[in-house]
Amino acid sequence: MSEALIELRGVSKRFVKPLDVAAKIANAIGAGMREEVVHAVDRFDLAIRPGEVVGLVGESGCGKSTIGRIAAGILPPSEGKIFYRGTDVTGDKLRGGKAQLGTQMIFQDPFASLNPRKRVEDIIGEAPRVHGLVDRVEFGTYVDAVMRRVGLDPAFRRRYPHQFSGGQRQRIGIARALAVKPEFLICDEAVAALDVSIQAQVLNLFMELRRDLNPTYLFISHDLGVVEHLSDRVVIMYLGRIVESGPTTELFRSPNHPYTQALLGGVPRIESRKRDFAPVTGEIPSPLNPPTGCHFHPRCPHAMERCRREIPALKEIAPGRHSACHLNDG
Amino acid sequence: MTGFAGPTLEVRDLKTHFFTRGGVVKAVDGVSFEIGKGRILGLVGESGSGKSITGFSILGLVDPPGRVVEGEIRFKGENLVDQPEERLRAIRGNRIAMIFQDPMMTLNPVLRIDTQMIEAVQAHHSVSADDARQRARDALGRVGIPSPDERLKAYPHQFSGGMRQRVAIAIALLNNPELIIADEPTTALDVTIQGQILYEVQKLCRETGTSLIWITHDLSVVAGLADRICVMYAGKLAESGPVDDVLDRPLHPYTKGLLGSVPSRNRRGSPLAQIPGMTPSLMSLPDGCAFADRCPRAQGDCRQAVPPMAEILPGRLARCIRPHLEDQA
Repeated sequence: MSEALIELRGVSKRFVKPLDVAAKIANAIGAGMREEVVHAVDRFDLAIRPGEVVGLVGESGCGKSTIGRIAAGILPPSEGKIFYRGTDVTGDKLRGGKAQLGTQMIFQDPFASLNPRKRVEDIIGEAPRVHGLVDRVEFGTYVDAVMRRVGLDPAFRRRYPHQFSGGQRQRIGIARALAVKPEFLICDEAVAALDVSIQAQVLNLFMELRRDLNPTYLFISHDLGVVEHLSDRVVIMYLGRIVESGPTTELFRSPNHPYTQALLGGVPRIESRKRDFAPVTGEIPSPLNPPTGCHFHPRCPHAMERCRREIPALKEIAPGRHSACHLNDG
Repeated sequence: MTGFAGPTLEVRDLKTHFFTRGGVVKAVDGVSFEIGKGRILGLVGESGSGKSITGFSILGLVDPPGRVVEGEIRFKGENLVDQPEERLRAIRGNRIAMIFQDPMMTLNPVLRIDTQMIEAVQAHHSVSADDARQRARDALGRVGIPSPDERLKAYPHQFSGGMRQRVAIAIALLNNPELIIADEPTTALDVTIQGQILYEVQKLCRETGTSLIWITHDLSVVAGLADRICVMYAGKLAESGPVDDVLDRPLHPYTKGLLGSVPSRNRRGSPLAQIPGMTPSLMSLPDGCAFADRCPRAQGDCRQAVPPMAEILPGRLARCIRPHLEDQA
């Protein structure tokens, strides 16, 4: 798999809340309390080719942000391996050198992700200076160029984040990521907090960057419209597992998994007027106590006995398309 | 008020201003609309457009330094502006209910659901606690909460986000209001849960004849829900009309720009038709049309006087002197 820029192989992540003192004492007298374990991600496989834009979609609590953090190397996986250009970088906490600098994240909240006490030129310029990408002489022109690249006026370089609007702050966040010339950008709900007209501007910026710099994107979002517009390939997650993946056009045209069908059917669209909303029933189950077998079976209209017992494997249903549903075996 | 034939709510030239140290913020500046029995109005705008303040003004919920400085809010013929607080309190939560984006704005975290719901019923009707509990139970059932009898005894934190929003909606329904004002109630929810809430709300308006104002930034939600749409920009209405007309053949360049910004309206992967620039500060609005600086059609006279809200086509109003008439079939 040397062709993939980044590959996650069998990655799982469990968050364990250890027992507190009271619970330990209770256990000593036989209360039998157990640690709370959240299976945020369960045996996740994903390979992204250089220059590809992969959209990762799912509802809250499905583990999509955890995947983003594991791919970025911020969070170590509980199990599984991560390869960057074919090299195993699992557990390499700072992923010395190229892999680490080459991967950058853009966050959701443009208010929380910028240091309020730093000037824009330092937010953008600190990393390239520390890593020796620019020297003192070129520093000013370099920051100006990066700011212009994301559509910010370099005249604002000495301002602080609070002097900017939400959309401009998101541009600062993007400039900070671009400043170290990354190959791989992880956008975690990067446009979710923005107004529609500002969101369009930032999405256009992402597409421009793709045309000019050709980075690889992992675009994490709950917004199917945004993902459909940007991505080459879409991965749909539900409670820590991939339920379906495939090329964007085909997946949106003919979703295979009942969850994908429900998700696409539930999206309000401008084209559909005075529609009768026909919802998927049920709640999203707690990842603390996920259902047995297929995680979607309590809400699935086609659930069979087998769905309760057996975890469906992610199988190829057409070239490049995968789905994890027992119905495909029938 | 029986037999009142006019619109459920009629807002005329509403102005809500905030008198801050830095100057007067005209958050709502001359907004007019009406809504009939059982109808759904979508009030659409971006952040800072004044859509939420319009909703708060109707219920008299604007806190100082803000106040309604001008205009009428006629609810079944009765003007709510400058009514004494006791009169508003008799209407609020009873005949007009509000649903907020964050259900925890409605729910008290330290009281059980039944306590809060019974209180809401008894505040307006002299019924026994048992009857009030029965009504609370029915309301929870109507919004699709399973086993409502047991859930009544739960605290707000024991519900998921979607369920909490249902409880907030159930509280809004308790006294069978004639009008519900919903301020971005599904924005924080997941797609499948949003679908469930929209389904419940739609069913409710059809069955009970409740009028609904749905305040949102999301055009695609109101597309499937509303009868009419009002688009707000910088404290004023930019355009209003029947949902199909406004979304398919917008008159105002702002509406057109907003629609063009929605990814699904564009060919996949192609640049989105973005609106340049950003929303102007309400403290320093430009002279003339507030949208002129971002508008591709603006000319000199657009910057001279604020264009009036004019009926450009039958039933369709827009605040623009160069509306998109060429798109009209």
